[in-house]
Amino acid sequence: MSQNLLEIQNLHKRFGQLEVLKGIDLTMRQGDVVSLIGSSGSGKTTLLRCVNLLEEYEEGVVAVEGEQIGYKQKGGKRVRLSEKEIARQRAMTGMAFQHFNLFPHMTAVRNVMLGLIKTRGMDKDEAHSIAEKWLERVGMLQRKDHFPGQLSGGQQQRVAIARAIAMNPKLMLFDEVTSALDPELVNEVLAVVLDLAKDGMTMLLVTHEMQFAHDVSNRVIFMQDGRIGEEGPPKELFKKPKSERLAAFLKSSKF
Amino acid sequence: MDYDFNFAAVWRDFDLLLSGLGLGILLALISIAIGCLIGLLAAFGMLSKRRAIRWISLSYVSAIRNTPILILILFTFFALPQLGIRLGKIESFIVTLSVYAGAYLTEVFRAGLVALPKGLREAGLTIGLTEFRTKLLITIPVMLRNVLPSLSNNFISLFKDTSLAAAIAVPELTFYARKINVETFRVIETWLVASLMYVVTCYVIAAVLRQVETRLAIPR
Ligand SMILES: Nc1ncnc2c1ncn2[C@@H]1O[C@H](COP(=O)(O)OP(=O)(O)OP(=O)(O)O)[C@@H](O)[C@H]1O
Ligand SMILES: [Mg+2]
Repeated sequence: MSQNLLEIQNLHKRFGQLEVLKGIDLTMRQGDVVSLIGSSGSGKTTLLRCVNLLEEYEEGVVAVEGEQIGYKQKGGKRVRLSEKEIARQRAMTGMAFQHFNLFPHMTAVRNVMLGLIKTRGMDKDEAHSIAEKWLERVGMLQRKDHFPGQLSGGQQQRVAIARAIAMNPKLMLFDEVTSALDPELVNEVLAVVLDLAKDGMTMLLVTHEMQFAHDVSNRVIFMQDGRIGEEGPPKELFKKPKSERLAAFLKSSKF
Repeated sequence: MDYDFNFAAVWRDFDLLLSGLGLGILLALISIAIGCLIGLLAAFGMLSKRRAIRWISLSYVSAIRNTPILILILFTFFALPQLGIRLGKIESFIVTLSVYAGAYLTEVFRAGLVALPKGLREAGLTIGLTEFRTKLLITIPVMLRNVLPSLSNNFISLFKDTSLAAAIAVPELTFYARKINVETFRVIETWLVASLMYVVTCYVIAAVLRQVETRLAIPR
């Protein structure tokens, strides 16, 4: 396991009766950029959320750096980890959401500093300088004292990405980070993600932007009814889809 | 109408009225502070996954909201000592008003918590905060700011309710007004002055709280 940064084996997830993930296997190495594509309801978001235990999973293993997320085996039984352990594990990954989810009562720079202080245990000065560094990286330094409500969607999303990245996660999870944005704001956010990818950040992202998935990833996974329908390097997957379903999906998403 | 207005008697004891007013404000402040704590706990209780906890919170809220506050005041002051719980009249009234405020604030906070986008909590969790710290640092502060206007209204109501403390002889404004009334027979003057003092105070409190609201509001 030591080689793989993320290792998912036979992951199953149910919402009540509905089985949403039906046995997912996925591994990622350091520096991998993997895009999840697929039609609505195919389980992309759920898969992402199992990686940081925003969703509990019933069966299978999700492991980051060889450490199972959320549960441990004890006497042959699966036991949920303590609240503290789970919080520590969650901070191994970072996540950016479709709706940004910035803390509305804090300025941009405070948003970024909070985790650094409370989770990483930094003092205020250190947290502040790291927060400023990342805000500069996403082009938001001039707006650092603005509140989220005073920023455009694209600006909020860039702050949200800075908030996640500043924590120095081993793996970044992006869930349709441009879907809630006006068309003219999409590119400024995609540029930031691309920049991070070029820098070697390991990331798993869900996107409906096929061109972007093509450009940014070294592997693309097509999700289909809770399973991995097809996967491969973007050039192959987009140019020569093997299945009818993927071909139809790509056609409908105007790639 | 040939009523002879004579405020002299009231002015003579005006300092008593003022001290009564001060005590009323103090009682309201203490009670809303304690009431906020109770209300927060009960609001989370109402949203708990555990049925028993939901039931306890709901019972508390409905029991208190469906009982007249005067009954609550008298019950705490006269009945609790029978059960061996002995409190001074001021302490007794603070207990009553806090428990009363808590029941109303529970509803305010519950609605405020439900209205928060669920991504807020999740964003806290993803940066490695525990559920407890997420509540403390994110969901509760945001919710409190959002419900500030209802909190202000509740505070003004509570302040007016302090006048009921006269029923157990807590020396607040109404208590002194009644005393002056009995001693001087200047009925109209006494109650007119007392009423005006309530009106002006409520007005000032409202103005101050509006300032606080704008200062604490989440900027947009
Ligand atoms: N909290 C939940 N409770 C019940 N069902 C859920 C819940 N979250 C998701 N689902 C269901 O699980 C399935 C997969 O949802 P998911 O959000 O993972 O899909 P997705 O691939 O991300 O879709 P989209 O492209 O629309 O975002 C859907 O059928 C959805 O209705
Ligand atoms: Mg989704």
